[in-house]
Amino acid sequence: MSKKILLNSKDIEIILHRLACQLIENHNDFSDTVLIGLQPRGSFLANRLVQLLENDYGIKELKLGLLDITFYRDDFRRRSEPLVATSTEINFLIEDKKVIIIDDVLYSGRSVRAALTAIQSFGRPLNIELLVLIDRRFSRHLPIQPNYRGRQVDAINEEKVMVTWKETHEIDAVYLEQK
Amino acid sequence: MDQLSVAHLLGIKYLKPSDIELIFKTADHFKEVINRPIKKVPSLRDITIANLFFENSTRTKLSFELAEKRLSADVINFSASQSSLKKGETLIDTVNNILSMKVDIVVMRHAHVGAGVFLSKHVNAKIINAGDGTHEHPTQALLDSYSIREKLGTVKGKKIVIIGDILHSRVALSNIFALQMQGAEVKVCGPTTLIPKYITSLGVSVETNLKKALEWCDVANVLRVQNERMDINYFPSTREYTQLFGINKEMLDNLEKKIVIMHPGPINRGVEITSDVADSEQSIILNQVENGVAIRMAVIYLLAEQIKK
Repeated sequence: MSKKILLNSKDIEIILHRLACQLIENHNDFSDTVLIGLQPRGSFLANRLVQLLENDYGIKELKLGLLDITFYRDDFRRRSEPLVATSTEINFLIEDKKVIIIDDVLYSGRSVRAALTAIQSFGRPLNIELLVLIDRRFSRHLPIQPNYRGRQVDAINEEKVMVTWKETHEIDAVYLEQK
Repeated sequence: MDQLSVAHLLGIKYLKPSDIELIFKTADHFKEVINRPIKKVPSLRDITIANLFFENSTRTKLSFELAEKRLSADVINFSASQSSLKKGETLIDTVNNILSMKVDIVVMRHAHVGAGVFLSKHVNAKIINAGDGTHEHPTQALLDSYSIREKLGTVKGKKIVIIGDILHSRVALSNIFALQMQGAEVKVCGPTTLIPKYITSLGVSVETNLKKALEWCDVANVLRVQNERMDINYFPSTREYTQLFGINKEMLDNLEKKIVIMHPGPINRGVEITSDVADSEQSIILNQVENGVAIRMAVIYLLAEQIKK
């Protein structure tokens, strides 16, 4: 299995700062905005952005929730391996809020489709935006595009984009793997 | 892993400890779901479930039905009083007729021991036993253990006494299996006439003195006296039963530690338990009811997972 590095930790740091600035441009002080990380992998990116916005850009009282989409997926009973749920931690209502859904890799768009359904269980948001670190072009199954993207990647279906974070793998990096 | 080792939920005795752990983990997620503003997930939108209650039930049936609807399954209900059973139809015929309507999962309560096992061998659907005679009531035992785990952090090493009519209780038998599987110590307490003769062969101890039993335990699971299953008198009078085996607040206050009080319902207030005990801080009776929906959602979800497209 060969592995090519797409982004190193320095690249990721620059991208995270840019994404944080783009969010501030559109959401000012975030008083009507909530951030929702998709479990499990999107929550690392969401947590990192929150740290950055609070520590480097002085945004106070950011609302961050973590959303598990297992029970909303469209491939239940269609996979050989069972789906394993993780926890949902949203301790606020999203009624009339601007929601930013955050995930690490946008591929087919099916996870985001599930998230759009799941999020409605917490109220009717004012609007929903999508932020991803990696946008895999030409692989979408649904008409879904991100509002904020870290890097656009052209990868074929036989390749896999892997994101690792310091919190779990000691290093921030994005790899392209041959399956 | 992350899959049940069984194809049906017929009784606790067919499960492995890892199955119980998986059901609990899944129930944790569903408990969060049922506390959202919108308490429903679309997972089972193409699954149909038949609730066949050949014996009366109120709360179990409601709990199952709610769990099924929270998972977005289509639900049909059947109760024996309105059925063709009275016209002489057999159980297999009745169920097969229902299955012809493309039902995927059957939840069944039946007065006969082993009805669920029998059905699982003859029909092509997932079977969930919602109580078979005096045999097992697995979802009740699961929700009881889940409630203990929620209250005390773990079931392992805890001392649990089951008080009352052990002889006629499927809840008692399923609880004994479930608690022991999770490493708890189990005692039963009640009139000797209502304790099965060979119960100690299951590895439980017997105590006929209620005060001693309460002093020993961390959790008291109090059962109802099932008058409807009694063909003879097992004790002289309800009043005498209450004097010897009824729990009141004064007894609890005199104990050195605060024990947890459970009851599967329906409660006969003033018989096996007084109102101030049932409504006290130590009682987790209403938590049991809430957890029942989450546990049943977990069981149904995990079994439905096995029905591949």
